[in-house]
Amino acid sequence: MSDTVLFAVELTVSGLLVGLMYSLVALGFVLIYKASGIFNFAQGDMTFFAALGMAAFGALIPMWVGIILMVGAMVVLAVAIERIVLKPLVARPPLVLFMATIGIAFFLQGLAQGIWGTQPRGLSLGVTDHTYEIGGMFVSSLDIVGAVVAGVLVVVLVWFFQKTKTGRALRAVSDDHEAALSVGIPLRKAWGITWAIAGIVAIVAGALWGTRVGVQASLALLALKALPVLIVGGIDSIPGAIIGGLIIGAAENLAEGLIGPAVGGGIKNFFPYLLALIVLGVRPYGLFGREIIERV
Amino acid sequence: MFYRETGVFKTTYARDMELFPIPLDKIGFTVGLVLAFLIIPLFASHYLLVGIFIPFLVFSLAALGLNILTGFAGQLSLGHAGFMAVGAYATVIMYNRYDVPLPVALLGAGVITSAVGSIFGLPSLRIKGFYLAVSTLAAQLIIEWVITHVKWISGGVYSTVDIKALEFMGWKIDTAAEKYYVALVIVVIMAVFAKNLVRSRIGRAWMSIRDMDVASEIIGISQFRYKVLAFAVSSFYAGVAGGLVVAVYYGSANIEEFHLMLSFEILGMVIIGGMGSVLGSFLGAGFITLLPIFIDLSISSITHNVVDLSKVFTPDLLANAKNMIFGAFIIFFLAVEPLGLARLWHTIKDYLRLWPFPY
Repeated sequence: MSDTVLFAVELTVSGLLVGLMYSLVALGFVLIYKASGIFNFAQGDMTFFAALGMAAFGALIPMWVGIILMVGAMVVLAVAIERIVLKPLVARPPLVLFMATIGIAFFLQGLAQGIWGTQPRGLSLGVTDHTYEIGGMFVSSLDIVGAVVAGVLVVVLVWFFQKTKTGRALRAVSDDHEAALSVGIPLRKAWGITWAIAGIVAIVAGALWGTRVGVQASLALLALKALPVLIVGGIDSIPGAIIGGLIIGAAENLAEGLIGPAVGGGIKNFFPYLLALIVLGVRPYGLFGREIIERV
Repeated sequence: MFYRETGVFKTTYARDMELFPIPLDKIGFTVGLVLAFLIIPLFASHYLLVGIFIPFLVFSLAALGLNILTGFAGQLSLGHAGFMAVGAYATVIMYNRYDVPLPVALLGAGVITSAVGSIFGLPSLRIKGFYLAVSTLAAQLIIEWVITHVKWISGGVYSTVDIKALEFMGWKIDTAAEKYYVALVIVVIMAVFAKNLVRSRIGRAWMSIRDMDVASEIIGISQFRYKVLAFAVSSFYAGVAGGLVVAVYYGSANIEEFHLMLSFEILGMVIIGGMGSVLGSFLGAGFITLLPIFIDLSISSITHNVVDLSKVFTPDLLANAKNMIFGAFIIFFLAVEPLGLARLWHTIKDYLRLWPFPY
């Protein structure tokens, strides 16, 4: 292989691995959107909250105890959001709910840093960052662990949504709130569970991203990376989140590596959005999203 | 007793369509103008002018711009800080390099931003809601990148461009009071314009799109024309506000001032002040500008009078408390008072109408 091709392949592979980690964040969005039709802008801040909590606990007590504590905290948070924010906003336009989640995002970021301080922290999952050489390419072991965890999580989530009673109830709620209510599915409980699952996804994403880049306020901006993933994949599709993440991860890495040097670099920040805009122009509901037909 | 419609007889259509139908409103508006034009510049200290009144005016204008788009036309934008940045750099470049007179530079900044905003508003024809929010977020990121990476605009990454001494037809604008006047005149003109615009055919078309876009398209309102127009007008306001940030507030253009967080803050102003209300934009901007000052004051007064809180409330924690309170207020207003502070003002007016003899 020539050097350029090898370089491109290497960029693609590392991009795909990072892309899977974007998918993790995007998954949280998809879960909440599917179950309640809310675009949860606070998912990035939930990830940050979870990561900062784990890092703070991890410094005092064994990591696994910290993770269990954080799972508890996220469940409490989910119930609180359902009670305080969602309940008064039932039957309001989606735009209002979206703006409310921006409020949640600000609140969570303030809360996390208010409790645990603003200084960046390290987070260690006990995975050391080796770099392996496979066929002339360099691949980080952390990326591989991340990809495996993301894959397992997706399998578990798909199983949960397809096979368990609760999962089927949640799918019913996402299809039609009122019909679900009329067959006896408790709507508010379903929403509480959904937000709790999104919180647990946030913990997984927070643990991996926190180990990778350290825990600091900029972790909350991960939400900005997940948005184009959602647009490309379709906002209500779990496979879409995964494939969208892979596409975005590979594309932004290739763009930065191949086009970046020519235009002064830094295009990684907005290139995914450019891609998302193109997808919006061609398929406004994403590659796997469901088209919505409107009637007056 | 004094605030009432009774006894106000209108004999012409022109009188019927007045901006302020009730005499007391007219008096109130005049008193407000006198206060803003004469009393505040005479008696306010330098700190009050620079620290509170000028930012209040500038952000009111930005919030007004976003309110036209979100509150009246129902299109969400998370890129308004980016649009303000376009206006800021346009002002600085025109005024510094090409010696364009200040008012023309500000106007030109508005026009340029308006063009940029219209381009990013084009996706609104096909998509809406949070899909549109994401594409305006793209606007923010793309604008940030272009400004930092094109040397002709910013002189390189993270550089600050100072504006040269302000001067207009021999009048040197250097004291805080003079800068305050520049901002005030522009804001008053643009606010009155906005107030009239939303009462016009265009404003009504926007509101029909906001309330139900499919229905408004069916009754013959061109979605293309009015959505793009909303983006154009809204970003015109953002551009002028950005120009004012440079000209009268910071005195320099720096991309860091127009970070994504500012977009959210402006959105918060609109929500808290009241969506779909010109007055609300001012109330919201005032609220957000005063909030950190109010928190500081209340904590320092508790520290002086009751217990020493300076150990508990470190500057770090204060910054975070501000975030939390801001977030909590957004949720509170969305849930409890979706029409914001402006709605409270209406409630007071309704009360006054019957005072002192409510049935």
